Amino acid sequence: MNSALKSNNGAGIDFGRALKDGVIVAIIAFALLGPLVGLKTDQNMSNELILQNRLGLAAVLSAIVGIGRFLLSAFVYPWVAARGNRTKAAATLAELEARAKFAKGLSVTGLIFLFVYPILIISLFGVQGSIKWVDNYGVQILIYVMLGWGLNIVIGLAGLLDLGYVAFYAVGAYSYSLLAINFHLSFWVLLPVAGLLAAFWGVILGFPVLRLRGDYLAIVTLAFGEIIRLVLINWKDFSGGSAGISSIPKVTMFGIYSFDVSAPNNFAKAFHLAASSAYYKVFLYYLILLLALLTAFITMRLRRLPIGRAWEALREDEVACRSLGINTTNTKLTAFAIGAMFGGFAGSFFAARQGFVSPESFIFMESAVIVAIVVLGGMGSMIGVALAAVAMIGGTELLRELDFLKKVFGNDFNPDQYRMLLFGLAMVIIMVWKPRGFVSARQPTAFLFKRKTVSGDLVKEGHG
Amino acid sequence: MTTSLRTWDSDPVLTVEHLTMRFGGLVAVNDLSFSAGRGDITALIGPNGAGKTTVFNCITGFYKPTTGMMSMRPRDGSLHLLERLPDFIVARKAKVARTFQNIRLFSGMTLLENLLVAQHNPLMIASGMTILGVLGIGGYRTKEKEAIDRARYWLDKIGLIGRADDPAGDLPYGAQRRLEIARAMCTGPDLLCLDEPAAGLNPRESAELNALLLSIRKDDGTSILLIEHDMSVVMGISDHVVVLEYGTKIADGTPTETRNDPRVIAAYLGVDDEEVEEIEHELDETTGSEEGRP
Repeated sequence: MNSALKSNNGAGIDFGRALKDGVIVAIIAFALLGPLVGLKTDQNMSNELILQNRLGLAAVLSAIVGIGRFLLSAFVYPWVAARGNRTKAAATLAELEARAKFAKGLSVTGLIFLFVYPILIISLFGVQGSIKWVDNYGVQILIYVMLGWGLNIVIGLAGLLDLGYVAFYAVGAYSYSLLAINFHLSFWVLLPVAGLLAAFWGVILGFPVLRLRGDYLAIVTLAFGEIIRLVLINWKDFSGGSAGISSIPKVTMFGIYSFDVSAPNNFAKAFHLAASSAYYKVFLYYLILLLALLTAFITMRLRRLPIGRAWEALREDEVACRSLGINTTNTKLTAFAIGAMFGGFAGSFFAARQGFVSPESFIFMESAVIVAIVVLGGMGSMIGVALAAVAMIGGTELLRELDFLKKVFGNDFNPDQYRMLLFGLAMVIIMVWKPRGFVSARQPTAFLFKRKTVSGDLVKEGHG
Repeated sequence: MTTSLRTWDSDPVLTVEHLTMRFGGLVAVNDLSFSAGRGDITALIGPNGAGKTTVFNCITGFYKPTTGMMSMRPRDGSLHLLERLPDFIVARKAKVARTFQNIRLFSGMTLLENLLVAQHNPLMIASGMTILGVLGIGGYRTKEKEAIDRARYWLDKIGLIGRADDPAGDLPYGAQRRLEIARAMCTGPDLLCLDEPAAGLNPRESAELNALLLSIRKDDGTSILLIEHDMSVVMGISDHVVVLEYGTKIADGTPTETRNDPRVIAAYLGVDDEEVEEIEHELDETTGSEEGRP
């Protein structure tokens, strides 16, 4: 009867075996817990040692262990095994196609959502209430999306592990701050200047460094990031040292409207709105959104140009590239410079948004977060990197809202302390579940008959 | 020698003179001189460890030789001294393309992309060093179409047109070898250097390879220099055979000449065991010192 039932539903659940497992484990648990939990020594009122009998508690604990084991054997293990079989059978082409289609649909809906997001938030929370959601979530996430996309060119496409990306972010931020304060130039003039300066520093770093590979490259770029930060701290005349630079001018709406409260052409005054910093935040939101989309657009174009193909070829096999007449040094330098340029754009935006920069903002942790975004997103995938930025930055921000846990653990519980712990746990789980990032498949840049998605198993990660 | 003037003497595409390559105390190539004729298929053979791949790496610029001179004369009449050029310039200017003993394809890229990467330099110029390409001005699109047509021609030639959009890493071994040859040919070389193109191929694939190499020479006028252990390839298609042993040249001539050279037979050639023994015996009688290795 039992075997008939088993054969009926194929890989069905073997309750008999699970029950046996459960009972055996419960017995073992009782044998262990009996002496450990079941017997407790204590003092009575006259300071005598007495033995308390808590075999009932031990039995309950053993039963819990047994039931847990039963559930594991009955449900979890078969499920894990089935999952394992499925992944071993490898993602078929149809699955890959479906995923690519899903990613495309996701990017279109995501884009529409991003454009209506501030309007949605304002209608939900009101003008003043929207600040947190637009600034802390929207702008903050989009800065990291942009940084992730910029670094994606270096790590994801060219396969060069750059651990000092934050240096270019700092160059962009300080370029804007210093030039805006000392020369009173507008953000719109300084944005390209900051990008070019960052690209210039990318080339300066690239020249000596790019003959190194793999781990060595990673270490030297890491050192470069630290050097920039230390120079900013110690060269007080230039950068204000660790006190930083404050009262950095805000971005204007192309000089027509200003967001300074005192300015005559203040945006809120011009439109007879109640004074609020929310308008500036919404403006910044759209600005960084457009900057990020510019990054995405240029990256997608570059991928289809010979330089983009050369980057990916470089990631796959550098020796073969040279045998085909590709100047690998120049190719790496362009990847470094273009990645740095986007970092510089993001940096100058960051300075304008904060109104204050200090070396504190450009510590190694920032580089690590950006690298984590690229790796988590799936190297080379734009949509994956965007998702990873939402998960990483939005996730850490969301974890600030853990106050409800106080209801569970009492008022002494400080949820902020567990934020990074939970975050680390989530990272570990994601890397176990998807070792090559959210989107590991690669979209070819050209096709003869039909664009077929390339499975991530074949794509190399590059080694410096 | 009584034969009339040969291509490799009268019109060499590549001349190697006194090439020596030392790695520390090891002399991998010792005072090697030979020429590869224009339009010839030249085979470089020798037992394992004879220094063939080292010669290749010197010619293609991956190694800088200790001493020696290598001159390459592409069709346009220019002269390039290969020992002075970095590897990517050897491929770009001196028009020497190569394949690798252990296949080095861009496995995560499609077949078409592999062949487009090979046309990087002309496409780079067409895209205005990327700047015009990003802005979408200039004739990049037409140039890219031409490049795709060229890739299509080569995919057709190696019989992989149906798999143009599959990743290169998915191909079976023999097809990967052919794709690597097609990729090298897409750079438009005057000399194609093949490092053991028939390694790991079955007899049918190896016959196909022969046909492919002959057609490359006939249709594209590309001279071929190849390292090979498969004697059906070497004897079947090559015009000129150079034999190395321990980094030194021991024979140089037409396949028939080298095949009958007792030193070559003794050193290397795949002949019947009995024959080798016979020749070893003869050699023992004549020189009394040389040792043959089957």
